[in-house]
Amino acid sequence: MLNYFLKRLFQASLVMMIVAFVSFSLFNFVGDPVNNMVGQEASDERREEIRDKLGINDPIYVQFYNFIENIVQGNFGISYQLKRPVSELISERMPATLELVFVSALLAITIGILLGVYTGIHRDSFLSKLILTLSLAGVSLPTFIIGIMLIYLFSVILGVLPSFGRGQVIDLGFWTTGFLTISGLKALILPSVTLSLFQMTYIIRLVRAEMMEILQTDYIKFAKARGIDEKIINYRYALKNGLIPVITITGINIGTLIAFSIITETVFQWPGMGSLFINAVYFVDIPIMSAYMIMVAFIFVMINFIVDITYYFIDPRIRLKEEKE
Amino acid sequence: MSFLKIKNLDISYKTRKETIIASQNVSFTLEKGEILGVVGESGSGKSTIANAIINQIDPPGEIVQGSIQLDNTELCNNETLIQTFRGKKIGFIFQDPQTSLNPLFTIKEQLIETIQAHLKLSDNDAIQRAIHLLKEVGIYDAERRINDYPHQFSGGMRQRVVIALSICCEPDLLIADEPTTALDVSIQAQILKLIKDLTIKRNLAVIIITHDMGVIAEITNKVAIMRYGVIVEQGLTKNVLTNPQSPEGKSLIISVPPTNKKIDRFTLISPEGKEITLNSANLTKNIIKTWGIREINNKNIINFESVSKSFDDGSLLKKQDKEDVVKALNKVSFNVIEGETLGLVGESGSGKSTIAKIITGLIKPSSGKISYYDDQLYNDRKIYQSQYSKGQIQMIFQDPYSSLNPRFKVKDIIAEPLKFYQKDLSKEDLLSNIYDLIDIAGMSRQSLDRYPHEFSGGQRQRISIARALATRPRLLICDEPTSALDVSIQAQILNLLKDIQDELHLTMLFISHDLPVIRQMCNRIVVLKDGNVCEINETERLFNEPQHSYTKQLIELMPKIESII
Amino acid sequence: MKIYHKLYDTDIGYSFFNSKVAIFSSILFLIIVFCSFFANFVSPYDPFDPLNISLMDAFIPPFWSEGGDMRFILGTDQQGRDMLSTIIYGSRISLIVGFASIIFAMILGVFLGVTAGYLGGKYEIIVMRLTDVQLTIPSILMALLVDGIARAIISKSMHDEMAIYVLIFAIGISEWPQFARVTRASTLVEKNKEYVSASKIIGLSSIYIMFKHILPNILRPVLVIATIGLALAIIAESTLSFLGVGVPPTTPSLGTLIRFGNNFLFSGEWWITFFPAIFLIVLALSINLLGDWMRDALNPKLKKR
Repeated sequence: MLNYFLKRLFQASLVMMIVAFVSFSLFNFVGDPVNNMVGQEASDERREEIRDKLGINDPIYVQFYNFIENIVQGNFGISYQLKRPVSELISERMPATLELVFVSALLAITIGILLGVYTGIHRDSFLSKLILTLSLAGVSLPTFIIGIMLIYLFSVILGVLPSFGRGQVIDLGFWTTGFLTISGLKALILPSVTLSLFQMTYIIRLVRAEMMEILQTDYIKFAKARGIDEKIINYRYALKNGLIPVITITGINIGTLIAFSIITETVFQWPGMGSLFINAVYFVDIPIMSAYMIMVAFIFVMINFIVDITYYFIDPRIRLKEEKE
Repeated sequence: MSFLKIKNLDISYKTRKETIIASQNVSFTLEKGEILGVVGESGSGKSTIANAIINQIDPPGEIVQGSIQLDNTELCNNETLIQTFRGKKIGFIFQDPQTSLNPLFTIKEQLIETIQAHLKLSDNDAIQRAIHLLKEVGIYDAERRINDYPHQFSGGMRQRVVIALSICCEPDLLIADEPTTALDVSIQAQILKLIKDLTIKRNLAVIIITHDMGVIAEITNKVAIMRYGVIVEQGLTKNVLTNPQSPEGKSLIISVPPTNKKIDRFTLISPEGKEITLNSANLTKNIIKTWGIREINNKNIINFESVSKSFDDGSLLKKQDKEDVVKALNKVSFNVIEGETLGLVGESGSGKSTIAKIITGLIKPSSGKISYYDDQLYNDRKIYQSQYSKGQIQMIFQDPYSSLNPRFKVKDIIAEPLKFYQKDLSKEDLLSNIYDLIDIAGMSRQSLDRYPHEFSGGQRQRISIARALATRPRLLICDEPTSALDVSIQAQILNLLKDIQDELHLTMLFISHDLPVIRQMCNRIVVLKDGNVCEINETERLFNEPQHSYTKQLIELMPKIESII
Repeated sequence: MKIYHKLYDTDIGYSFFNSKVAIFSSILFLIIVFCSFFANFVSPYDPFDPLNISLMDAFIPPFWSEGGDMRFILGTDQQGRDMLSTIIYGSRISLIVGFASIIFAMILGVFLGVTAGYLGGKYEIIVMRLTDVQLTIPSILMALLVDGIARAIISKSMHDEMAIYVLIFAIGISEWPQFARVTRASTLVEKNKEYVSASKIIGLSSIYIMFKHILPNILRPVLVIATIGLALAIIAESTLSFLGVGVPPTTPSLGTLIRFGNNFLFSGEWWITFFPAIFLIVLALSINLLGDWMRDALNPKLKKR
């Protein structure tokens, strides 16, 4: 068992190294960081000074080592555009994004799995057909359009929900939360619904496809032939067998949510990491871009790691294969 | 009153184009303590009848009319009633033990679930009952193994678990749909004996669906022969097998390879009951003209010298442990003499297919020497030297459904090797070659413009044979060529292979797990077990005086249709 | 007519001609493609010709509202351009980017998938790892990163010219793993079939076997993914354009139009955003419906009822 964990841990670190290297290359070789920092007027002497200070004249592996050292300590450099330490910017904005993603994930995954299982088991009921039609619409609606439509309906026409910002947030020191105020919660509703909708419909369709395939396997047929109650077959057997692919889907989806939060944050002017990143792309603010890349890769890798560990506990075939080695 | 009474059962499938009749006017009876065998070729409707009894016919099939009475209770189309009967009064065994069990649940969980679905037992009582059942079906160390997962059992063991699951609530009727088809011969014998014992001990009424006449001969009391959805003949097994009345029955029985003697060719009986004799001498005239006459000396066409093959996992990082390595062949040595038919016989895992793949270059050997006439087929770096065997070694395969590319027309399938070996073939020559080949394979010329999916299994094998002959091979390897075919089709194909060999002076390497077939086809036999050669001998001597214990075991266990007579 | 009968007879043809949804959505899709392809002829005006536009015509609502004008059926935007025309031209951009990126992804993905599946060994492991890693990164993010890097490398003025190619490349790069994964899985299945062994024994080369024998047999799932991928690509492009990092404003796509209109949503000129949005949704919906039908029709495992 330890072997399995270590192997996965090693793979995860490898991926992080690669991402860090790409990020590092971005930082150092794309464009001239010195130009970006001081503008056209600075003298050549000043540029040399800065180059030395930044360590650009050192050999590559030294630079890479320093880079890694900095990253691990949380030092991502200084934003070209906003002239503030990137780590500060990120830590300010991370709670906003994480809270949004958390609520959206909860919505998408629970409702998605529930409806997916239902439509997979009761293939021909009217409710299933309705859900499927709506889900098709959901997949065809880009996230930003959903956002705009919701804003128009609930803010402009009905005027009941805010159209931008987080509302009032409580500062807990290292974290600012919108969960504890009414205006904070109100502000969360539209963005999280927007963010979760696309994923929810995707999950519904995937889970449904899984369930339908499982229900046609031989072992389900055999269980029916043994007279086992249909409810047990559907909700105990099929569900457990369907769990493995569903976990993969869930893992990937949290990652997708983080990416799509970029869009949602832009539409709702939500002060999170996503809107920070978009601005960085627009202004070619490389420190932020590379920091975002590393942060996000880290979250993805962690999620993958957790998903792999969960597989181990659910699928006995994996457990036995690993134990043999 | 019979225990099980089926009367005038009609089942059909309504598809968009037509209504397919799966079964028509099917009637039979069965008493407790009796084993009924339902035999027929694929598509005869036997599985559909079984599924009908428990109302599990795949849609869009449905029971149009008829009656199914179990112990005087009418079951037909009464889903609520059948729900209560499934598992409790009727047990069902499927063919493939690999896919019948849920891989994520332990045997204990699956057993307890079934038991508690029908009987009101506490958890502990249910567990005790489950352990008792496992012992009854012959699983050693049941107390410990009950906590295992399905994939921790071997194929035969798994089927025993499946049997335990189907009888755990004391049903009176047991239906087994091809219960031993996916198992090796030795395991098959054990499972059949188990079923027979259970029938006697528990006074069960048993229906066994199979296409294997040997199984019928071994354990059934009554038999019903089905063809195209209709029962063409039924009665006591002894009577039907020794003296079949219907033409289909006669055709079926006469196609079964005898286990106790060698015959020259199978007698073929057409559906109307007349004997078919095919004269292929005319057909091969053209081919012989193109190929030229071949001389047969007594040279070794193939020589295997101490060949071994191990499979490793091939992962990027890990070094393989000794135990994980699968040793498919272990210092195997034998030779193939020009003009003969050498048989390779063994169960799954014996290495026979591996040998075929090594000769044709599909798999590299790990060590040893393989030669074709005087040339080594593999050089020092284990690279296949195809220039020596170019086109001279050909193969036909087991699965007729995957051996032809579904996107190619038959004519293109046969043309491909022709064009590859004779690049400047003119259009007319190419066409006449194709015609010759399709003629010798016994197919009509119209079939050239059709696609594989329009043909049956037997016809597809004929196309494969035509393709194989296109390169004018000297050695034809037949890897289980008839194992997926029905018995009467098998007879036709085997006759065809023998005819081709005689006319074209081919050497054949015939691979099979089916001993009677091997006896009919081969001059000499190599017996393999787990990658080792057990015995090599001439056919008749092998069967009459087997030397190796494994050979003796195989011969004893093979289901013999003559056992009835 | 004969072709119709031949098509109708096949399983797919039958399914298609009997599915109202399939016929409806494909007709819709074809109309949109036709209109955007022949935009020069179909569109009532050329909205990018400065001679045609007059600021005097700005902010005119659709013709059925108060203040509407029959000359501009769907109204005009803030610069006086006819909405219908901008939408038709805009959808052309969206479709071009969508098609091009999916074709790019398909060629790359299928090639890598088939070769990885057939040749196996270390090559396969590397390709598959690459696919796995990239599949965990959502396409939007991938496209954004590629776009961002491109911006950093290419100077600003050149960037505007190259923007479309960068976009196609970015979206294509984010979509290829789907194709690779599916084709590799299918190739593995086909590889084990005996007709492949037969071809090897004949002596045919690996390339010949891969592309003449195996490829035609694995195209079905590729088609399904391509169709659904097209919808995703179009949505991706519109999202990126909406965010401001897609096509340059001089050749606006539907996403860009929506972005322009968003500023006027609150001040009451709803039509500037609304109509491009509806058009985009209809486009995506018709493609998705088609893809959905295709997936069910081409799936041999689903038992037909």
